[in-house]
Amino acid sequence: MKITVLMKDVPDLVEDLELEAGQLLVDDISFVVSEWDDQALEEALLIKDEAGADVTIVAVDTGDVDTMLYTALAKGADRAVKIVGDFTRRLTNRTRAAILAEYCKSESPDLILTGVQAIDDIDGQIAGLLAGYLDIPHASVVREVHTMDAQLHFIQEYSGGRMAEFTAASPVLLGIQAARKPPRYVTVAKVRQLQKSATLDEVQVVLPSTPGLTVRRLYKPEAAGHAEMWGDDADTVAEHIVRVLGEKKLLRS
Amino acid sequence: MGRIVVIGESHRGALSDASRELLTKAQEIAGTGGDTVSVVVLGEAARDSVKAASAKEATVIVGPGVDEYHPETYERAIAHLLDEIQPSLVLMGNTTMGMDLGAAIAARRGVAMVAYCTALVLDGETLVATSQVYGGKLASEIEVPKTGTVVTVIPGSWAPVQSSDSPDIRDVEAPVPSRLELLKVIEAEPGQDVDITKADILVSVGRGIEDPDNLELADQLAEALHGVVSCSRPVVDSGWLPRSRQVGKSGQTVKPKVYLALGISGAPEHLQGMKDAELIIAVNNDERAPIFEVAQYGATADILELMPALTEKLQERVG
Ligand SMILES: Cc1cc2nc3c(=O)[nH]c(=O)nc-3n(C[C@H](O)[C@H](O)[C@H](O)COP(=O)(O)OP(=O)(O)OC[C@H]3O[C@@H](n4cnc5c(N)ncnc54)[C@H](O)[C@@H]3O)c2cc1C
Repeated sequence: MKITVLMKDVPDLVEDLELEAGQLLVDDISFVVSEWDDQALEEALLIKDEAGADVTIVAVDTGDVDTMLYTALAKGADRAVKIVGDFTRRLTNRTRAAILAEYCKSESPDLILTGVQAIDDIDGQIAGLLAGYLDIPHASVVREVHTMDAQLHFIQEYSGGRMAEFTAASPVLLGIQAARKPPRYVTVAKVRQLQKSATLDEVQVVLPSTPGLTVRRLYKPEAAGHAEMWGDDADTVAEHIVRVLGEKKLLRS
Repeated sequence: MGRIVVIGESHRGALSDASRELLTKAQEIAGTGGDTVSVVVLGEAARDSVKAASAKEATVIVGPGVDEYHPETYERAIAHLLDEIQPSLVLMGNTTMGMDLGAAIAARRGVAMVAYCTALVLDGETLVATSQVYGGKLASEIEVPKTGTVVTVIPGSWAPVQSSDSPDIRDVEAPVPSRLELLKVIEAEPGQDVDITKADILVSVGRGIEDPDNLELADQLAEALHGVVSCSRPVVDSGWLPRSRQVGKSGQTVKPKVYLALGISGAPEHLQGMKDAELIIAVNNDERAPIFEVAQYGATADILELMPALTEKLQERVG
C-alpha cells in the first residue's frame, strides 16, 4: 500500500499574529505543522505499523518546510518530497491543491491522507479541493483507518456523535480528524541526526492557474464583548470565582 | 438574474436551524437582485422538510444511496445538479457535511469556495463574506464572485427568520455509489458515565491540562463545586477522557449555569457547543485567547495553580 501524506505548516497561534495593510506579516511569524496534518501523519504511521505500507510525506515548499519533512522521516516515514517551484507563503489552498493534484497524478498513491482542516483554510480545505481535482472518492472528518485485504476501512464522523463505517477500494483520499493515538514524539537530536544522512526528494511543479478570490483584508475581529479580567494570580482569581458563584447562589455548602 | 442554491440538511423531517439560516440569507440576497432561491435536500425522509421551506423551488435527490450521508454519492449528485442549475451562489452549512462536500464540489465544478463564513452582506453590487480563521483569532473579508461560488456558513452566524413558502418540488435520481461502500451507521453513544448536558456546573478542561495526571486536579475541583468535568476535543482524542465528556461541534451542546473553561482556547468548534451557557468563566494564560470574547469573567492564571487554589478555597468555606 502506497500512502501519501500531505502536510503544510501554518502560523503558530501561540504568538501574536501581526498584520500590516490587512495582510499577515508572514516573515515575522513562526510556523508550526498544521495539527490535523500531524494527526494524518500519525494515522499513516499506525497503518504502516499495523499492516505494512510505504509512507511518503509531501509538502509544497512555501518557505521552510525541511524541518517538518525531516521530522516526519524521523518518526518513520519512508520518503519525503518537497514540491518546489515559484511558491510563496501567500499560496492559496486552491492553488496548493492544484499543485498537489499534479504531483498525485504522477505518483498514483493508493491512499492519500491529510488533515481535515487547517486554521488558514479560507478558500476551502485541501482534502475536498484535491479530491475534486483528482476525481477520486474521498471522505473528511475521518478516523480509524485500517487496511484489510487491499480494502480500506474507516470511520467518518457525522454530526451529533453519529458516525458511519465505510469501506473502499483504492485510490481514496481521507481528511483525518484525529489519529487513533496521539502523534508520536521524536527528539530534536534525532531529527538533526537524520538530517545529516537523509535527503528530501525535490519535485518541480509549475504554478497552475486556479479560480482566485479577492481577500480584501485580514483583521483582528472587534469582539462583541470581552470578559471582565481578574489578572493572573491564582489565589486572587480563586477568590473572585468563589465570590461570583456565591452571589449567583451556586455554591452548595 | 440567477439562482441561489441552498444545500439543506434535515433531521426528523424538519430542516436544521443551520439550513433555515441559509435560506433566510438566500432570500435576503435574492430580494435585492431578483434571484430565485432553490433548496436541495437528499433522501426521501427529507421531503417533508422542504414542503413549506422558504424557497421558490425545491429538489429532492432520491435513490437507494442517499438515505444516510454518503460522501461520494452526495458529491456526485449535488455537483451534477449544480451543473444543470448553473447557480450564481451555493450556500451550505459549515457542518461535518459541508466541510466534506463544499470544497470538493467547488473544485470539481471549477468555481471558487469560501469556508468558515460568519457574515454575508452586499456592499453595493458586491457580495462580501466574512470568514473566521486562525482559530477565531482573525477574520477575513472576501469578495464572493457570483459565478457559482460555494460558501460554507458556520451554524449560528445569524438568526433564521420564520418564513415559509410552498416551493415547487421535483425529484432527481442520485447516481449509484460505485467506489465507497457504507457498511453501517453507528448511533451516538449515550454518556455511559455522566450526562454533561444535565450538569449545572461544568469544569471544562482543554489542552492546557497538559498531562492526563493533571485531570485529578479537575476532578477534585468538580467535586468541591458539585459539578462535572467536561472537556474540549483534543483531550478526548488523546484518550484522556471519554467522548461523552466532549463539548462542541462534534460533541455535546451544553447550557449549564456555570461553564468554567480551563485551558481552552475557544476555537469556533468548541464555542458552538457552549456559548449559550448562563455564565462563562475562562482561565487561559494567553490573554488573546478567543474564549475571553464569550466569557463574562476571565483570568490569565495558570490553571495548574488555579485548580488546587480554588478547590482549597471551596473546601475552607465548607469548613
Ligand atoms: C470537524 C471538526 C469538529 C470539531 N469538533 C470539536 C468539538 O466538538 N469540540 C472541541 O472542543 N473542538 C472541536 N474541534 C477542534 C477545534 O478546532 C480545536 O482544535 C479545539 O477546540 C482546541 O481545543 P483546546 O482549546 O483544548 O486546545 P488549544 O486550542 O490548543 O488551546 C489550549 C489553550 O490552553 C492554554 N493554556 C495552555 N497551558 C495553560 C495553563 N497552564 N494555564 C492556562 N492556560 C493554558 C493556551 O493558551 C491555549 O489557549 C473540531 C475540529 C473539527 C475540524
